Amino acid sequence: MATNAITTFFNQTQDTSLATPRINRFTLFFLFIIILGLGCGVASFIIGHEKVYNYTRDVPWGLLISTYAFWAITSTGLCIYAAISHIFGGTKMAVVSNRMVWMSIICILGAFATIGVEIASPHRMLIYNIISPNPTSNIWWMGTLYGLAVGCMIVEFFGIVTGLARIAVILGTIGAVAEVLANSCLSGVFATLPSRPYWYGGQLPIYFLTAAFLSGASAIILFNQLAYKIRGQEMPQSVKDALKSAGKAMTLVLILYSVATFWRLIMYFVGGSELGRIAADALISGPLSVPFWVFEVCIGLIIPLILILLSRLQNTGMMAIAGLLILVGQFVARYNLVAGGLLVPGTLGWDNAPTYFNYVPSFFEFAVVMGSLGLVCFGFLVGERVFGKTFTQKEHH
Amino acid sequence: MDITTLEKEKNEGIETLPSEERRKFLKMGLTVTGVFLGGTVLSLTSVKKALCGNTDSVIPADGQYPYPKHYGMVMRQNHCIDCEQCLDACRDTNHVPAEHDAWRTTIQERITTVDGTEKREFRPILCNHCNRPPCVRVCPTKATYKDQETGIVVMDYKKCIGCKTCMAACPYNARYFSHDRYAIDKCNFCLDTRLAKGEKETACAAACPADVRVFGDIKDSTSEIYRLLHEPDNKIWVIRPECGALPNVFYMNA
Repeated sequence: MATNAITTFFNQTQDTSLATPRINRFTLFFLFIIILGLGCGVASFIIGHEKVYNYTRDVPWGLLISTYAFWAITSTGLCIYAAISHIFGGTKMAVVSNRMVWMSIICILGAFATIGVEIASPHRMLIYNIISPNPTSNIWWMGTLYGLAVGCMIVEFFGIVTGLARIAVILGTIGAVAEVLANSCLSGVFATLPSRPYWYGGQLPIYFLTAAFLSGASAIILFNQLAYKIRGQEMPQSVKDALKSAGKAMTLVLILYSVATFWRLIMYFVGGSELGRIAADALISGPLSVPFWVFEVCIGLIIPLILILLSRLQNTGMMAIAGLLILVGQFVARYNLVAGGLLVPGTLGWDNAPTYFNYVPSFFEFAVVMGSLGLVCFGFLVGERVFGKTFTQKEHH
Repeated sequence: MDITTLEKEKNEGIETLPSEERRKFLKMGLTVTGVFLGGTVLSLTSVKKALCGNTDSVIPADGQYPYPKHYGMVMRQNHCIDCEQCLDACRDTNHVPAEHDAWRTTIQERITTVDGTEKREFRPILCNHCNRPPCVRVCPTKATYKDQETGIVVMDYKKCIGCKTCMAACPYNARYFSHDRYAIDKCNFCLDTRLAKGEKETACAAACPADVRVFGDIKDSTSEIYRLLHEPDNKIWVIRPECGALPNVFYMNA
């Protein structure tokens, strides 16, 4: 009886046009990537973090923290646009907002998977985050708020697929507020550390929120383009209009983000802390110069802007490529931010410390990153297959 | 007269403006400029004298000790000869593993050239047990905290989730991940290994043959550390004061 009810329910949401061997192969491939990648992360607990991750006393964070930040920021962006569409209605993006909610959940799960294998004792976190909370800790607030956000979004998504619009709107609103606050606390983790002048300051929280709006808009365009690509269908005009709206948001925030990046770096060269200047130098001409100039600036900012201009916000395929490149740039930008703050020795001048510490991510770190990417791709395909009809609805709740 | 009436008026031009009006306008401009300029000059005036005398404002003033005992350390930096006996004593006493990255205290070295002559300096460092400790603020589970009796920054290993935020936050690189304890480890002024057993000094201070490290209660006016900190001729400094952590490890040359 219950099985019948579930079957009937999924018959209303699933998209059988995606039940093809090709899509199944891709889904299994990404599942395989998850098992391999996150399996490496899980194995790190058995082998020992110190043996498989290239973290040291001098550089305690690296690629995994930046990857976590990337997925968390993208999730926030998707959640905000979905909430704006759901709450205020009327925006052209509303027709794709259900897909945004789903992908926001998937992205935050990608973030959790990454940080889950990065911290040394996640089991202690589950206990002591609850019985010994520290209200002055940004990490505590960040974890709690992201946990709250994902809980709300899962209930919201349940409301969406079951037609409980009221629950969806209320939980969606709470979830979005929690995501924005969590994003702010995530930036606060870095921004409130005076010992790291490259991170310290009030600009970083705005920078992170801007990054969320940028990554979110890029992800909307990319995932929707992919959703119709894998179906081999022509995109309906309503979805095209939605992507044009997202494209406008993406272009505007891309410019704002570029301005913020420019001034953020210039500030270090006009005075202030020497450690901040040296860190900024790492990006301009030091060990992070290739990730910065090639990936963050050219691939992540300039080429997407050119593509957007060429597409005139009409060619959704070209906009999707721009979105993909922005996401690549954002991923590298998070790495540059994390590494930039840590590569500079705090006791520079003493102990013959090098100008920059040496940190290159290990195979296991890259494997976990691939695992998190596999999780997001797998989540995307499963979402389209199981909830496809919910995503492609023409009206919003 | 409102704006619509004004708009209808004919523009008289500035040629007809009486010189008295021009002078009034100029005076007003000069007054405004003078007020701002005066304020700026005043704001540039040093107020350092009011905060500190011969020593430095890095030393807490009397009456500003929030703990019953307030332990700190003075390093007579130029006495250090890098014999590393303090490091060995610390490892033995506190079971610090003999790994490259694992230390609770170490000695840093700097070579400077003055008039063509190479000068070698040594600087012992350890946890500064700050009054405003960044590590304590950022810890999500209160696994690191200020001991309410002594002001010492201590670890509760079982609560440490290994997020390493305290390592990123510490201005002094005083923390490391201990694989033995599977938690962050750091100097605790030998609170559990010596002070709790009635010893008056830390292992590193007791082992130092050059009397570099002077450990004690900076609240106690009869202590050696109090005397060193408040001796008018002693120039006292701390490492990275710009971080605002208010460290309790002080440096001087004696």
